[in-house]
Amino acid sequence: MAIYDILFWVLSAIAVGCALGVILSRNPVNSVMFLIITFFAISGHYVLMNAQFLAIVNVIVYAGAIMVLFLFVIMLMNLNADVEPQKGQLVQLAGVISGGVFFLVILAAIKSAKPELMDKTSTNIGLISDLGKVLFTKYVLPFEISSVLFLSAMIGAVVIGKKEETKPLTHNGEEE
Amino acid sequence: MLLLQVDTALIIEKVILISVILMGSLGIAMYATWGERKVAAVMQDRLGPDRAGPFGLLQPLADGLKLFFKEEIIPDRSTRFIFILGPCLAMLTALMTSAVVPWGPDYTTATGHVVSFQVADINIGMLFVFGVVSLGVYGVMLGGWASNNKFSLLSSIRAASQAISYELALGISLIALLMLTGTLSLREIVAQQHGFWNDGYFSWNFFKQPVGFIIFLTCAFAELNRAPFDLPECESELNMGYHQEYSSMKLGFYLFAEYINMFVSSAIIVTLFFGGYNFPFMDKVAAGAGPMLFTIICILVLLTKVVCMILFFMFIRWTVPRFRYDQLMKLGWRSLIPLALINMLVTGVLILWVFKK
Repeated sequence: MAIYDILFWVLSAIAVGCALGVILSRNPVNSVMFLIITFFAISGHYVLMNAQFLAIVNVIVYAGAIMVLFLFVIMLMNLNADVEPQKGQLVQLAGVISGGVFFLVILAAIKSAKPELMDKTSTNIGLISDLGKVLFTKYVLPFEISSVLFLSAMIGAVVIGKKEETKPLTHNGEEE
Repeated sequence: MLLLQVDTALIIEKVILISVILMGSLGIAMYATWGERKVAAVMQDRLGPDRAGPFGLLQPLADGLKLFFKEEIIPDRSTRFIFILGPCLAMLTALMTSAVVPWGPDYTTATGHVVSFQVADINIGMLFVFGVVSLGVYGVMLGGWASNNKFSLLSSIRAASQAISYELALGISLIALLMLTGTLSLREIVAQQHGFWNDGYFSWNFFKQPVGFIIFLTCAFAELNRAPFDLPECESELNMGYHQEYSSMKLGFYLFAEYINMFVSSAIIVTLFFGGYNFPFMDKVAAGAGPMLFTIICILVLLTKVVCMILFFMFIRWTVPRFRYDQLMKLGWRSLIPLALINMLVTGVLILWVFKK
């Protein structure tokens, strides 16, 4: 077996194993840790496909920023295995249905994908200069629209997070 | 796959290089602790450590031994695994960045074999640094949370929000630099800063991106938790900080990781803004000295610059008082990020309009 295949299978095993660990572990902090390892394994896959830029961006954005915020929230709420809130039956059912539908979509997408399209030795699309050229020529409109989407999400967060307009309290707690 | 076909000689060469860099960073970090105490002593008109060996030079060894022999205590109500993982992660992320720093120019042996003084020349070197920096906060966060101590938790939350806030300005200041250099590879960035004077202007990026440098430096202070931004270890408010429950060498790892971080980030700052191993009149020196001597001079020049940078970090620490937490956040969000954005825009306008690249 070539070294490429060995690395591929090892990374895949780590990714799938840790992804299972995310949903199976009772402690939320452990779930976050498993998810971080999963992201690293996926970054490893990107490197194998010679997409170094995607690999490092995956680490920066997901492992470095989003998971830090996740951990932040979990720390502040101090969730532990013994105080994990139990969900109602209806919520569990809804979760199973939506998860199942998502699984079906993924399955359909994988079934219709043609893996032989990807030539793993010569693809340079993940390198930063090629990616930049594609993004700013072929996909410039979707790229700009998605940036507008992020902007609107940001403004939405600011609006939600804004303090409600109440009368300011004086030092001895009475309204002015 | 081409990327993975490597020969044994290369692996041996890289293993030697990695070991030397690891040992070197540990050694320099060790003497940075001594240097810090001496600098503090000089600035406060004291003697500083002077008992262990001449000028107290054996003090770091004595400190290390003391930490090793201390009793190791793991708090009863802590999350044991993550408690141990915390300092390991802090140390790991501190050491990882040194992989992409070019420590010297390529050296060609008599047989024509080229020895590179960079562990990995990846074409995303700058982003790699940024990625490792963004992971650096995990050691502090997990350690502080797992200690099951409210001061540790407060401190790690401070550390995390501080790191996230300053990463933004850091990234934007790097974008301006990236537009100037047109590459993310640290090796090429250093090569572009060859010598000191080129085409009628300084070749070092510091002279092309002074504002970017100031933003980067300020963010580096914040990311390193160095004074004046050492809010996560603010004794007067948090007793000791995120490492309050740690003892023995696990505490040592946290304290030591800070010095390794300082060394490596000094190396990164020197590489990005002060020309790395380049120095004025290097072509004349290269013509005069042999290739071996020239390589050694280059490495020594880089190390000198790094030591100057570390000394600068220390001078700031013993000069500027600690910020308040709201001042820190205000500086990050309301001053540095807008400044970095303006710097990015001005750089772009200058490149397109004035230099017409």
